[in-house]
Amino acid sequence: MINSEESATSVDPAQFDGPDATGHFGPYGGIFVGETLIAAVEELAEVYESLSSDKEFWAEYDSELKHYVGRPSPLYFAERLTNAAGGAKLYLKREDLNHTGAHKVNNTIGQALLAKRMGKTRIIAETGAGQHGVASATVAARLGLECHVYMGADDIVRQAPNVYRMKLLGANVISVNSGSRTLKDAMNEALRDWATNVDNTYYIIGTVAGPHPYPKLVRDFQCIIGREAREQSLEQIGRLPDALVACVGGGSNAIGLFHPFLKDESVAMYGVEAGGHGIATGQHAAPLSAGSPGVLHGNRTYLMSDASGQILETHSVSAGLDYPGVGPEHSWLKDLKRVNYVDATDEEAMEAFHKLTRLEGIIPALESSHAVAYAMKLAATMPKDKCIIINLSGRGDKDIETVAKIEGIKL
Amino acid sequence: MSRIEQIAQKAAAAKKKLLIPYLVAGDPNLETTSALMHKLVEQGADIIELGIPFSDPSSDGPVIQRGVERSLSKGTTLKQVLELVAEFRQTDTQTGIVLMGYLNPIEIMTYKTFVDTASSVGVDGVLIVDLPPAEAHDLHAMLRESEIDTIFLVAPTTRDDRVASITELCSGYLYYVSLKGVTGAALTDFGSVTANISKLRERTKLPIVIGFGIKDAGSAGAMGQLADGVIIGSALVEKIALLADQVDQDTAVLSETTQVIAQAREALDKLV
Repeated sequence: MINSEESATSVDPAQFDGPDATGHFGPYGGIFVGETLIAAVEELAEVYESLSSDKEFWAEYDSELKHYVGRPSPLYFAERLTNAAGGAKLYLKREDLNHTGAHKVNNTIGQALLAKRMGKTRIIAETGAGQHGVASATVAARLGLECHVYMGADDIVRQAPNVYRMKLLGANVISVNSGSRTLKDAMNEALRDWATNVDNTYYIIGTVAGPHPYPKLVRDFQCIIGREAREQSLEQIGRLPDALVACVGGGSNAIGLFHPFLKDESVAMYGVEAGGHGIATGQHAAPLSAGSPGVLHGNRTYLMSDASGQILETHSVSAGLDYPGVGPEHSWLKDLKRVNYVDATDEEAMEAFHKLTRLEGIIPALESSHAVAYAMKLAATMPKDKCIIINLSGRGDKDIETVAKIEGIKL
Repeated sequence: MSRIEQIAQKAAAAKKKLLIPYLVAGDPNLETTSALMHKLVEQGADIIELGIPFSDPSSDGPVIQRGVERSLSKGTTLKQVLELVAEFRQTDTQTGIVLMGYLNPIEIMTYKTFVDTASSVGVDGVLIVDLPPAEAHDLHAMLRESEIDTIFLVAPTTRDDRVASITELCSGYLYYVSLKGVTGAALTDFGSVTANISKLRERTKLPIVIGFGIKDAGSAGAMGQLADGVIIGSALVEKIALLADQVDQDTAVLSETTQVIAQAREALDKLV
């Protein structure tokens, strides 16, 4: 184990170059899956490695991002939100403007191209809120691949419009009735499907978790966010930002923004977990703030589990953050103290949802609202000449029913 | 020599096949599991694989998932599973006990407490489904130190160049997964099992047992012919599911529940 006290003062930049060849970020990550899947994840790692220098593959990916997704996404100065917060300038990285309305598509495009390269004809995915399911179904339609999406039975009820959206796109949505009937159980079921249909099936994991090489390849596909933000910051602000803020469920939008800045010492970073009803209540989804290291879904990372090692059910107003684990690279960045992991409660996120909507005419996803909530608090503590970039990871159209319901409004 | 090695040698000398039932500890409750374990021995089990319940059993099919859920609904913990073994050992010192499960409960307990307790209560082997050899070194070293066997799986998808890394750490027996899929799936491809087992024989002297998809006397006999023994899990857990939650299990009911094991024993004994 690392000594986090010591490394806080002298972090070797090479520590941000992970994972190592066997998929470890310090003590986290790795490959913890049943033997049947080992060959599949090893094959994926080999193919992905061989593509790292394949110009044609990356040119195709860039072209899809430009012409299909609509990148680059703008870096937008939120002037009225800044005035409301009363401190540092707030900029929004507008991932909500991507095709399908969130950052998820950056990853699904990349992985679907990878699946095609590997000759796989069948795509499977897990989804919680339905955003990754929609993004997977979208690229499957775009590339003519068969698509099956596993979704917890409870989530299917909560996110009916996204279920219909996936069906419109030609995907088969499979209801998962085991365990807590939410995202983690959908992931278990997808792993079972993969073990059964390993020959022709590609599993598109939606976040920077899972066995190696997923945490690395999903990060690489999401790093477009941070690379653009870095360039845009230099161009529009004339320098690097002082802080980055992103919400963390599995952590893919956050790592995508953070990673290209990790070696820029002047840039502070804040990963905002779902505080739910408050960390003290135990009803949250904040493994980095309140969990401990363990092993789930193929990797070692911070988890929410009970004293006997059972995975706990989580709570968040936002289905996309409702996951008991987190990507292993975040666990490592926490221990290295490079990123500050904090939380925003349901209530704070709801308040930020309304503020951004009314002040800027931008309806944020409830997930992203957690980042907005924390960034406004942070901005208030910083002078006006400082700049904060918030990753606005998704748009909130999908959440209007949830918000209305919480506020007792009938649509 | 470990208890499992002794059991395997004795069986080989008598030209008998190993019969290894799997059940979830605490399904439907710990008292019943204890009674079932003794009954399984009576029905001809040589070794018992005792499942440690875990909330996210991603390598298991629906039958075992439900068994795990029944157990967890009673709050079964790894500590209680270890106590169950201690209790079993008070009256049975012959039957092998292998704990099978997922890594997280063991990580949370800490490797040291787990290995020390397992050793003191009389656990013979440990099989962790989501712990491949490359990640197993620390736990494996501690288990070996305590003379507990570490059992690993070989699957139809296991590449040839990987087998050595598995057999190097594996002791007790090698568990061959008969099919691509999860526990309880239907076994259809006997041909590939035959070919893969004979390839494995060239690589290891370890006893090889086959699991996944063995559900009755017929499939037990067919697989037993190819290997040194068979594992029966889902077919037994499916019967245990019918026990609901009666705590007073009379022996006739338990005999009925474990009948598939008696039938498998008979089929295996006919092979020699």
